[in-house]
Amino acid sequence: MDTLQTTPPGLQEEKQYNTLNLGPTHPATHGIFQNVLQMDGEYIVSGEATIGYIHRAFEKLAEHRPFYQVTPITDRLNYCSSPINNIGWHLTVEKLLGVQTPKRVDYMRVIIMELARITDHLICNSVVGVDTGALTGFVYVFQQREHVYEIYEEICGSRLTTNIGRIGGFERDFDDRVMGKIRKFLDEFPKVWKEFEGLLSRNRIFMDRTIGVGGISVEDALNYGFTGPNLRAAGLDYDVRVMNPYSSYQDFDFIIPIGQSGDVYDRFCVRNEEIWQSLSIIEQAYAKLMAMPQGEYFAPVPEFYLPPKQDVYTKMEALIWHFKIVMGEVDIPKGEVYHAVEGGNGELGFYLISDGGRQPYRLHFRRPCFIYYQAFPEMIKGSMLSDAILTMSSMNVIAGELDA
Amino acid sequence: MILASVITFKLALAAILFVITLGIAAYSTYFERKVAAFMQDRIGPNRAGPLGLLQPIADGVKMIFKEEHRPTGSNRILFILGPSIAMLTALMTSAVIPWSPKYFEIGGQKYALQIADINVGILYVFGVVSLGVYGILIGGWSSNNKYSLLGAVRASSQMISYELAMGLSIIPIILGSESLQMSAIVESQHEVWNIFKYPLGFLIFLICAFAETNRTPFDLPECETELVGGYHTEYTSMKLGFFLFSEYVNMFASSAVISTLFFGGYHFPGMSLLPAGVAVLVGVGVLFAKIIFFIFFFMWIRWTIPRFRYDQLMHLGWQVLMPLAIILVVVYGAIFSFI
Repeated sequence: MDTLQTTPPGLQEEKQYNTLNLGPTHPATHGIFQNVLQMDGEYIVSGEATIGYIHRAFEKLAEHRPFYQVTPITDRLNYCSSPINNIGWHLTVEKLLGVQTPKRVDYMRVIIMELARITDHLICNSVVGVDTGALTGFVYVFQQREHVYEIYEEICGSRLTTNIGRIGGFERDFDDRVMGKIRKFLDEFPKVWKEFEGLLSRNRIFMDRTIGVGGISVEDALNYGFTGPNLRAAGLDYDVRVMNPYSSYQDFDFIIPIGQSGDVYDRFCVRNEEIWQSLSIIEQAYAKLMAMPQGEYFAPVPEFYLPPKQDVYTKMEALIWHFKIVMGEVDIPKGEVYHAVEGGNGELGFYLISDGGRQPYRLHFRRPCFIYYQAFPEMIKGSMLSDAILTMSSMNVIAGELDA
Repeated sequence: MILASVITFKLALAAILFVITLGIAAYSTYFERKVAAFMQDRIGPNRAGPLGLLQPIADGVKMIFKEEHRPTGSNRILFILGPSIAMLTALMTSAVIPWSPKYFEIGGQKYALQIADINVGILYVFGVVSLGVYGILIGGWSSNNKYSLLGAVRASSQMISYELAMGLSIIPIILGSESLQMSAIVESQHEVWNIFKYPLGFLIFLICAFAETNRTPFDLPECETELVGGYHTEYTSMKLGFFLFSEYVNMFASSAVISTLFFGGYHFPGMSLLPAGVAVLVGVGVLFAKIIFFIFFFMWIRWTIPRFRYDQLMHLGWQVLMPLAIILVVVYGAIFSFI
């Protein structure tokens, strides 16, 4: 940044900098991160990021849990879009087991994952608004997140940490109430989101605050391992949904929006556009689901799919499979799989090694937030304190996913 | 005898105005939360009393009974002095606002609803407002906290920068009314309000008023997402209350000054048709209506738009508003001296 030059070059050595602790608890960090910043007045000379404040050893925990009990752990990664994490995990295990899910299950999963993507982007973009000082948009669109949570609630009974679905499908079908709520959301949400965009995306102050702030080039982004909206904002159209389709994403038409400079404004716009694309995907999946008969909501793999509880109590077969799955008596193949889904923040990968036991031998989460945060000290160097905060919130670094 | 009655009247007026100012400022906090709730599709405070009307009292009681905390290494005297100065200067501004025409007669006695009609009224306003920055600066500095210090530095540079443009923007009014006296400035708007004569001056003044009261989009000194609480990060209990409250008092005072300088003060269309006593009463009501509108305007802006960054704020102050204000002074100066 050319504005950093406040003293003649020769005097630079004598300058004393101010150390500012941004975090671990600071209203702008949206989680628990510490940044020790060297400040020259309002400008940041250098920063050092510390992580690990909410490390919960999920990867180690997962080694002691049967496959179907790892799902609740994935909830707590990126808690703004837990269904994507849940379904990503189910897909990984299905890849290991070689389970083919019916199309209807795929479309149901697509709807849930896109709803989760909408809420994730909605929170990120509205929080960018909050960090520029506009609180109203944030509070206003939060009502819509509530509606999405009501849909989750209807499907699986919980809201934030959803633990949605099972290995092989869902625990129950989408009934008319679920479809009605999805329809209602599809009808109401665009109006609200248009209003939100109108409030910020062409607002002169907002544009001045965000354009050219916290930018990153495609090369740097790739070197750091960026994926998802942050990489797309830098100008590369990498999207796991298209490059390596899972859950029948190849059946849907959608556009991958890209930005140019990778700055806060581009990230904001890319996320905005992705929300519109997600809406269109949900609309397509909704039409496909409505054209299908109800009832098929899990893959025909009784040896891996936990049977519904009422069947366990009433049917012999179901009781046997339930017992075998819970006691770890089913044959899990040995092997290594990597499966990635396009999470709310980028490529969310699960690297799973199975030694044939009932638990994973080793599980690694490829967490996009962890990777973004490594670039953060570099990105804020030379910028102002206000810009650093915007940069962090627009990268959508979520503490749960960062520390795992 | 007459002197004694004048003093009694002025003291009573000052006391009434003090109470009214505090009342309006207290209910501004309630009003602000209700306006925010309205804009954000929420309900807002509704627990304390009917419609939440006792909320400001509940807040005040809470503030008073909160534990006092003073950070280590802070300067004890200055730490208390900061919020006191902020509150004091905020309350002083409204002393020169004329609430009625000068000298209306009731029972042969002449009255004017104005505490002090000093001949440099407008300079007094500016002087008092400039002193307000000391409260924030001292409070922020004595807290011994880097966030507070950053907030205090932002506040002082912001207020100093915007005062210049603010001062220049009202020079056309002074030229037009040929007086610095508040009552004379209001009287000069008997036919046409100043807003119609000096729209650009009004715009500059309004923007600077936002900056002077530290309201969005110029709330950098206390922006919660960067500086936690800015200059009042370390403050607790009623000392925090004084800082927060002085902002609302300032907002009331700024609205009063804007209404007086640009919107004709107590003037309203058809004023001369009413009998004098009624006109005075309606005039006071009209002035309060104008003030409340501007308080609402301050809130409307706050809950709509984002805030500036520090360098953008300086850019706007020095490179946009200052040249505009200077041009304004030159143009109106030429108009008044040659026409």
